[in-house]
Amino acid sequence: MALDPLRSRRREPDALAEPADAARGTDTEVIREETVKDPWTEGRHTAAIGPWRLALRRLRRNRVALAFLGLFVLLVVICLLAPFYAKHIAHIGPNTNNITGTVNVGGQQKDIVAPDGVPIGPTFTSRYFFGADENGRDLAVRLLYGGRTSLLIGAVATAIIIIFGTLVGLLTGYFRGVVDAILRPFMELIWSFPPVILGVVVGTALALGGLGPIKGNSILIPAFIIGVIYIPYLGKPIRGEVLRLREQDFVDAARVQGMGPWRIMLSEILPNTASTIVVFVPMMLAYAILLEAYLSFLGAGVQPPNSSWGTLISDGITYIQTTPSFALIPGAMLVLTVLSINVVGDGIRDALDPRSQVRIKV
Amino acid sequence: MAERLLDVEHLQVTFATEDGMVRAVDDVSFTLDRGEVVAIVGESGSGKSVTVMTLMGLTRSPNSRFGGTARLGGDRDLIAASEEQLEGIRGQEIAMIFQDPISSLSPVHRIGDQIVEQIRAHEKISKAAALDRTVDLMERVGIPRARDRARAYPHEFSGGMRQRAMIAMALSLSPSVLIADEPTTALDVTIQAQILQEVAQLSKESNSGVIFVTHDLGVVADIADRVLVMYAGRVVEQGTLDEIFYDPQHPYTWGLLGSVTRMDREPPRRLPAIPGQPPSLVNTPQGCHFRPRCPHAFDRCTEVPPLEARVQDAPDHLDRCWLSVEEKRARRLVDGRIGLATGSVTA
Amino acid sequence: MARFVVRRGISMIALLFATSVVVFAFFELIPSYNPARAIAGRNANATTVAEVSRKFGFDKPIYTQYANTMKLIFTGQVIDYQDDLNVVDQFKQRFPVTLSLVIPAGIFWLVAAILLGSLSAIRAGRIADRAVMVAAILGVSIPVFLLAALLLYLFAYKLPWFPNTGYVTFAQSPTQWAYHLILPWFSIAVLSIGFYSRVLRSNLLDMVNQDFVRTAKAKGLSQRRVFTRHVLRNSLMPIITMFGLDFATLLGGAALVTETVFNLPGVGQYEASAIGNLDVPPILVGAMFTAFFVVIFGALADVLYALLDPRIRLTG
Repeated sequence: MALDPLRSRRREPDALAEPADAARGTDTEVIREETVKDPWTEGRHTAAIGPWRLALRRLRRNRVALAFLGLFVLLVVICLLAPFYAKHIAHIGPNTNNITGTVNVGGQQKDIVAPDGVPIGPTFTSRYFFGADENGRDLAVRLLYGGRTSLLIGAVATAIIIIFGTLVGLLTGYFRGVVDAILRPFMELIWSFPPVILGVVVGTALALGGLGPIKGNSILIPAFIIGVIYIPYLGKPIRGEVLRLREQDFVDAARVQGMGPWRIMLSEILPNTASTIVVFVPMMLAYAILLEAYLSFLGAGVQPPNSSWGTLISDGITYIQTTPSFALIPGAMLVLTVLSINVVGDGIRDALDPRSQVRIKV
Repeated sequence: MAERLLDVEHLQVTFATEDGMVRAVDDVSFTLDRGEVVAIVGESGSGKSVTVMTLMGLTRSPNSRFGGTARLGGDRDLIAASEEQLEGIRGQEIAMIFQDPISSLSPVHRIGDQIVEQIRAHEKISKAAALDRTVDLMERVGIPRARDRARAYPHEFSGGMRQRAMIAMALSLSPSVLIADEPTTALDVTIQAQILQEVAQLSKESNSGVIFVTHDLGVVADIADRVLVMYAGRVVEQGTLDEIFYDPQHPYTWGLLGSVTRMDREPPRRLPAIPGQPPSLVNTPQGCHFRPRCPHAFDRCTEVPPLEARVQDAPDHLDRCWLSVEEKRARRLVDGRIGLATGSVTA
Repeated sequence: MARFVVRRGISMIALLFATSVVVFAFFELIPSYNPARAIAGRNANATTVAEVSRKFGFDKPIYTQYANTMKLIFTGQVIDYQDDLNVVDQFKQRFPVTLSLVIPAGIFWLVAAILLGSLSAIRAGRIADRAVMVAAILGVSIPVFLLAALLLYLFAYKLPWFPNTGYVTFAQSPTQWAYHLILPWFSIAVLSIGFYSRVLRSNLLDMVNQDFVRTAKAKGLSQRRVFTRHVLRNSLMPIITMFGLDFATLLGGAALVTETVFNLPGVGQYEASAIGNLDVPPILVGAMFTAFFVVIFGALADVLYALLDPRIRLTG
């Protein structure tokens, strides 16, 4: 069948069958068509709806995924409101030190940082809601700004992964030969090492020296490092898929029609890898945010005076015995964010069901 | 009268799917006697495989519902049986040969071990004794050097040899009922005939009853005693081989017969086919399921025709068509042969 | 088999060489990286720095430096810059700690993941499945250091059931050894349990619909036997490859976060401090150490794979 499966009007019914379906493997394969009651068409298969619309329909039925999507949007909005909170509620910037100041808690003036250097715990008032750090900075403000940083790094890194991972996968899979021989060893080398170790080594080094015009403490550096590290994690599966797709009849048909390699790649092969790419977007976002936290925890990610959830947990862990909220509150924000992305990602994967083996580690 | 092995009455199988309830098998009844070969014929989606797999309890799942009974040996109902009861029956009393021998054997276990596993699941005998019996069985189904070949893995066998191994496995405990679900569909044409003969001969030797599922009426002519023609979950016609072949009553059967190419006749200019496609089981046509594809449909066809005997002196020849027997006999002739007239198809 | 060993040997040499070259070259490319100044100390003047630079050979061309460093590594004489310790000795001393951490944790996560993944697949769609999958997705969403901090807070401070940090060798006292390692084992295992059980569940559900599983049922085998011998057996393959790589990288120092949080003197902790100080020799040895295990366990996984699946032949 020399038809591009994504474009053909009628899809192979089996391609959408779900494992839980009783009818799978039997010969009742004529299911999953839209029901239209019309005297002339009853009993016949109506035109199958497109795979993307079908996936969207399934996603809309997945209430858990929708709830977590709502949670994720809420978390993002809260973090984006950081400047508002800083200006109008806490009245202090994220990097403003206040070692000698005091704060009114329940009518009592208390030191923000005690003489022995221990910062104040949560006050649950507008100022220093979650307490302060050793420099007297407002942790609630830093939490929101830190969340903004974490999310931004995640987003930039994901963009890098998706763009370059797809590109590398397409090129090595389609051209093989020389391109493959040049790019693959790099991918294998990156892939052989745990992302945390690789990221920490590169992160520490670049934090010291910067990268070209970018300063060492820019948040673009961890974003760039995380992006590069995870490129093979998308590039490898895409390459595998392209290797499979390029042998299929609809690609041969395009070749016979005289299409050039670039057009075949963009208009024939790329659309067929789209579902894999879509599945990887939330997954890579979750992993990028997690890896940022690991790097920042180990001092190789976001550099002072900026904060991120990772640096806040790292700073807070010193006080885990006395004031656990210092580490656990940014920790909870981080986990909720990653969890909601993962649940939504699962929902998307179930809706698309590309049956691809996905393998990622932190 | 021969011993009754299986008595299926009003079997219904419904699957819950994302798009609604699918009635895969709708009120199917038939019997199987010792030494008899019953063929179930139909296109894919007709419910023939679901019917036989339901008899073995292989369609059970949280998404399936069953109705009716299927009594084995006159007493035990296979539909109501517990999973444990079925485990004792499967392989021992009812065995099955599947369509695709390539995917139906475990890729990581040796052929011999897979047969031994079945024998030892039902009989308390030593591994060595089970292996001896396995080698005998493999020789009987025509696998050369069986002692060595028992140690091979499925990927080292050809398609025909794999299907022979499946047959050996199915016959290993001399089941009284043998179900063959399109056993030759995945094989080369040259091997098909051999396999068919073997199934027929071996079942005659062991005097078991055979349910033979196929979409190919040509195959049926060689081995079947009685035939059930299924369409969209329902039996549309059933009778003896001669009744179905020489006096078919349902237009769908005419179409099937018309599309069989025969060596002993002049080949037709165009290969006849039944126009249209089988209906969606979610959105089944009102009345006769074949109505939208039937050139002979008339207003009464929006009522479901009952499956009953309509031909005189043929009480076991049943069909579901409202046309009178005379009309049928006249209309089924196309160019002097049985077939489904083309043209004038509604929609 | 001989061919397999030779080819894997060659690929190991290639990976070790590539790793060492890349790590070495990477640090040379950083403009502000100056190991001589780091060794000489913060207050050293220019002459001292130059002297240190000459003594350690930092003034030589990069390929000479590389060759010298490799020679020192393979003769076991390489020392780190921060504390003048012999790097190879450090790895030798610390490796048993990492083994104590990683081996039991690996066994724990593999067994737990197989049990939970199987349970989840068998009860697919029911309450047990949902519970396991919620726990699994939580497990892959929580970073190890946060889980470790939470465990320390709950079970070492709030409820003083376990010691907060420290390491006791197995030889000293097996019970104390285990007692000190329970929290680290658990925090390392949770992420992998979550990940593996999810992968296994989806493999199992794909496998259940295979034709040969239907054949196994039709043979009259018990449900337990169908599951263990046919479904599970065929679903474990991808898990094995994953396990080989994860286990290898943990042995090579990937447990650095856990070792740091729980203050366990393993190779990961040493690497973490070396990275913080940009101390190249331990980083270099650590990277090669990891590469070594990656190749070894990759080969072991392939051998096991070939034993489990007769369709697979061992090639390089």
